[in-house]
Amino acid sequence: MSKDMNLTLKVWRQKDQASNGKMETYQAKKVSPDMSFLEMLDVVNEDLIQKGQDPIAFDSDCREGICGTCSMVVNGVPHGPQRGTTVCQLHMRHFKDGDTIAIEPWRARPFPVLKDLITNRSALDRIIQAGGYISVSTGNAPAANALPISKKASDEAMDAAACIGCGACVAACKNASAMLFVSAKVGHLGLLPQGQPERDKRVWKMISQMDKEGFGNCTNTYACESVCPKRVSASFIARLNRDYAVAVAKGECDR
Amino acid sequence: MKLDAKIPSGPLETKWSHYKEHCKLVNPANKRKFSVIVVGTGLAGASAAASLGELGYNVTCFCYQDSARRAHSIAAQGGINAAKNYPSDGDSVYRLFYDTIKGGDFRAREANVYRLAEVSNCIIDQCVAQGVPFAREYGGLLTNRSFGGAQVSRTFYARGQTGQQLLLGAYQALSRQVAAGKVKIFSRTEMLDLVVVKGEAKGIVVRDMVTGKISSYAADAVVLATGGYGNTFFLSTNARGCNCMAAWRSYKRGAGFANPCYTQIHPTCIPVSGDHQSKLTLMSESLRNDGRVWVPKNKGDKRPPAQIPEEDRDYYLETRYPSFGNLAPRDVTSRAAKLVCDAGRGVGPTGLGVYLDFSEAIGRLGRKAIEERYGNLFEMYERITGEDAYEAPMRIFPAVHYTMGGLWVDYNLMSTIPGLFVLGEANFSDHGANRLGASALMQGLSDGYFVLPYTIANYFGSSKKFVPSTDSEEFKEAEKTASDRIKKLLSINGSRTPTSFHRELGKLLWDNCGMARSEESLKTALKKIAVIRDEFWKNLKVVGAENELNQTLELANRISDYMEFAELLCKDALERRESCGGHFRVEYQTEDNEAKRDDENFAHVAVWEYTGEGKEPVRNVEPLKYEVVTMSQRSYK
Repeated sequence: MSKDMNLTLKVWRQKDQASNGKMETYQAKKVSPDMSFLEMLDVVNEDLIQKGQDPIAFDSDCREGICGTCSMVVNGVPHGPQRGTTVCQLHMRHFKDGDTIAIEPWRARPFPVLKDLITNRSALDRIIQAGGYISVSTGNAPAANALPISKKASDEAMDAAACIGCGACVAACKNASAMLFVSAKVGHLGLLPQGQPERDKRVWKMISQMDKEGFGNCTNTYACESVCPKRVSASFIARLNRDYAVAVAKGECDR
Repeated sequence: MKLDAKIPSGPLETKWSHYKEHCKLVNPANKRKFSVIVVGTGLAGASAAASLGELGYNVTCFCYQDSARRAHSIAAQGGINAAKNYPSDGDSVYRLFYDTIKGGDFRAREANVYRLAEVSNCIIDQCVAQGVPFAREYGGLLTNRSFGGAQVSRTFYARGQTGQQLLLGAYQALSRQVAAGKVKIFSRTEMLDLVVVKGEAKGIVVRDMVTGKISSYAADAVVLATGGYGNTFFLSTNARGCNCMAAWRSYKRGAGFANPCYTQIHPTCIPVSGDHQSKLTLMSESLRNDGRVWVPKNKGDKRPPAQIPEEDRDYYLETRYPSFGNLAPRDVTSRAAKLVCDAGRGVGPTGLGVYLDFSEAIGRLGRKAIEERYGNLFEMYERITGEDAYEAPMRIFPAVHYTMGGLWVDYNLMSTIPGLFVLGEANFSDHGANRLGASALMQGLSDGYFVLPYTIANYFGSSKKFVPSTDSEEFKEAEKTASDRIKKLLSINGSRTPTSFHRELGKLLWDNCGMARSEESLKTALKKIAVIRDEFWKNLKVVGAENELNQTLELANRISDYMEFAELLCKDALERRESCGGHFRVEYQTEDNEAKRDDENFAHVAVWEYTGEGKEPVRNVEPLKYEVVTMSQRSYK
């Protein structure tokens, strides 16, 4: 086991949505390599509270990489340096004694900062509300095995459905595009037979809402894919574009 | 306190259908005149809110997370049970019912559990129709795996992310109702109190966690789906934000609290690594399908696992419980781990761990098959521990995971306060003294999709309709109580952080009211809780103000409830002078260290009634009558 580390943190502090923010410097002392990144911040915060200072506000909940709540940019990379990992699952053994670490919130216009590292990501909820579902009311379902689905389609749908809605893809994109997020849901539902009846309408409505929220377009840099903690593939964006073109060709936009 | 479970008459198999055929209805045009508040958007809350919206009710939904999709149901890994009997291995509604009753150590209500088993199949149908990508065979049909406490394969799963996929299904159904204008969601909003008007639950007081504003909402009924109280122990597999405020404050408004001592310690979690630990991470029970649990036979054997030969290993679950082996139920498995660790045979730096070994399965099935089944779990293990479980066995140890106790509800899922419904983990009804794996998801969705929509109509149809104004006296009083408490927390200005108190309380509970409890340990705990609570209110330090996003304040407010609730938990554990399921009193055990029930004196639900600040709560009793099942000493040998 390597021993404890001392680190310098440069952290974005912002009182609320209306205020301007700035980077401030903190020392994190005696950091164990077995701590998670957020546990390291917990320790810094305990110290700040003791001193009567405002602790660093950041979002987290499950702390096991599945709820999608945690969201911070570590040294310029959403969720930090380890691929396929949320920041709550990033452990300090990936840093060295004496490191300086910059910590910032998601930076994207549709995600306004509420305080320090906390942003408002409700735009993603509104995109799902626009059409990210299959319209089946409770009790209307046919028997589960009535419709066989190929393992391949089901597995691929699951690859897309693994999206945790954290918004790292948006934070990494120079255009603040939400295409990976949208394509994950469009892909998940579009790969399944149950998703077919609403396929055209869904893609049209979700893309329209995405545009309305102020997210940018995709210019194929694949930054989203490289930071996605669930490794959702950018090939779903290609699929999304095809579905969108079909929907437009079928006149979905005029309905 | 009057406890009428309102169980329908007639044979067990027809109770629910008889209920549905005879319950009161609200006609379609009238449904829009009724409003419902739903607190919590996990499986129970989201499925309830979506279903009620579809029916035409006006629903207002609240969650503390920044999005409804993040409720902690999302973290459930292994699966969801249903009595489909797709593998033709002899499963049936009755068998699922019986396994659940037995798994709960004969401390659950027969009628509720039978209904749960009955609707389990509809849940799978509903979820598949929503697009939940359950695992499938090459032929395109759904596949199953086994979970603890059952000898059939009845667990449906979506890789190691079943909870996520089921919750996203419910969240999407909910989102559809938001778009339809039938549901309004308030995220980052925490319930601080329940408002009771003329004896009925008619609203809630909430705090906007961004602005700090306290306000009230009124409705025809209130539904709590706010999860369990596992975080009272500080370290648990719960999410950081999970708390018992909604349930506890409803208790203080008159809702009976049932069986708080029934807490589930899950056997397979990643062991604690140091004092900085903020939570514990579960490794799904499904791993025990292929992983073998063992410790060295000899005390103090510090050799690396690979160097310990077969003859020096003790596969204690397989030898102790030959018919269930590594898939013994959770309470039994956790206690067995404690026994071997207490005997000095635990592994890892702290000695508080046992091995979960996949080498035999990897040899038999190949690494690829194991990767396919559990890849994400192995990856999660690697992230946290820095170790590769394909090469060396995992180290695991029990941790607080789920709470079977909760607010008391009748067959309608209504608490002792008319108009207050409680669903999912927040209620007490279906799992008795121990929950079987993959049954929590089943219960949450059963309550929300298939039970509440009927029973709430029955309530609306049989009571006089009224919605009070939020300007009424009762609302103002509740708002003031909530706001005074917050002001008090901010005004103490002592020297200890909220977390330091929480950690101290949690450790006290784990040591004295955890996997093993005794009269002595519980009395010690009760004494010390009072001391910690006293210091909490004198020496707490909360920085920041009330009218802003203030995470320290949120935490302090939740911890202030644990300080009170912990006492009830220990009192209940003290009064239940028997061992059953997750409640193990060392004084009451069989010769081979299994839980020994006392059916003569304790075959009942203990329901606690609040009697006022600083006063002793009253313990009421709902007798459990078994009409179909014969109570027996539970055996997995």
